[in-house]
Amino acid sequence: MPYARLIPCLDVAYGRVVKGTSFVDLRDQGDPLELAKFYSDGGADELVFLDIKATPDDQTTLVDVVRAVAEVVAIPFTVGGGIRSVEDAARLIDAGADRVSLNSAALAQPTLIAAIAHRYGSQAVVVAIDAGDGVVHSHGGSVATATATIPWAVEAAERGAGEILLTSIARDGQRNGFDLDLTVAVRRAVQIPVIASGGAGCAQHVVDALRVTDAALVASIVHENPSGLAGLRREIERLGVVLRPMKESV
Amino acid sequence: MVVDYGAGNTHSVRAALEHVGLTSEVTSDPDRICSSELLVLPGVGSARSAMTHLNETGAATALRQRFAQGQPMLGICLGLQLSFTSSDEDGGVEGLGLLNGRVRRLTSERVPRLGWADVQPWGETYYFAHSFAAESTDVVATSDGVAAVVQRDSFIGVQFHPEKSGTAGLRFLERCLTRV
Repeated sequence: MPYARLIPCLDVAYGRVVKGTSFVDLRDQGDPLELAKFYSDGGADELVFLDIKATPDDQTTLVDVVRAVAEVVAIPFTVGGGIRSVEDAARLIDAGADRVSLNSAALAQPTLIAAIAHRYGSQAVVVAIDAGDGVVHSHGGSVATATATIPWAVEAAERGAGEILLTSIARDGQRNGFDLDLTVAVRRAVQIPVIASGGAGCAQHVVDALRVTDAALVASIVHENPSGLAGLRREIERLGVVLRPMKESV
Repeated sequence: MVVDYGAGNTHSVRAALEHVGLTSEVTSDPDRICSSELLVLPGVGSARSAMTHLNETGAATALRQRFAQGQPMLGICLGLQLSFTSSDEDGGVEGLGLLNGRVRRLTSERVPRLGWADVQPWGETYYFAHSFAAESTDVVATSDGVAAVVQRDSFIGVQFHPEKSGTAGLRFLERCLTRV
């Protein structure tokens, strides 16, 4: 088994990194390039960029951000937000993204998952699920759909998704721990890896998540103290989860 | 020279090559493939569409010719997998046939196999993202029992992504490409 992964998530809007609490109330956190470099140096195993505005204008901005990030970081990164077609995915992957994350568009058009996986491989397709009260929410968590969470995760995997990015809307930004029951339930239902997201407030929360799943997404706990990532890794290891060895800083 | 087959991550590979002091260009032109000093066959996409592209552009023939002449080549991820006789991907795809062996779907608990993993006997940790792996007598290093590095004559293939494996990956590229 590969090592458990610690993945800083950078929510991007208008080319800047922001982070909200329960998906609203955005606060500016900084320059995506600077933060990407910082996290790469500090021992991030991967990065995720989510364009939370995802307007057509933003797509162009996002492609520029992706191209610049690919120049400065030598670790994998996933990009999501506003991807509605194979062409949208192609623009981001050609600009240097390793994987794209689909959310509302996959719900509206599930065949998109297979179409992108067919061209770039399953490992390039992440399906992001914003879960709350047993159902999937679309449009940045703002619209509750009639689709139940677990069956949707199973369908996404069957259609060719290579990973599930599972966010608990209720926990997001609350810093009181991941929704472990939800994470375990989804991971049991699929054979692809699952990233737990929403609720990381301290190293112990991340450890709890990494004991039950493949990767954990962290946002505000690292954004408000970017140089603290190396310390967070040490603390996670002290608490008993083995992360990849880093012979030197990148 | 970085070979383009329509879906590769050429941008990241070129950025990593630049880091280790190598300038590169992206091509699928058979003449350029034969004449370049070093050649990288990069790593994402699906086997069928990649082989279709390589066959249509004449790049496949040029790659076989290059291999026969003993000129150095590095295959990354899918670039490694394409060098074999056949792959089980997409219901069966005929590869370049540079190396003997075949590519099969992973039987690990979670597929795709995603993340950083140790490569033995090298004792290094690199980033992997794959659903298929080679079964071959040309395997020279493994990761969790899966083929991580294959080598035959002037061809070296890595299942991991050196261009995405931080300093460890850059060190590998430097060792592998600047000594030839």
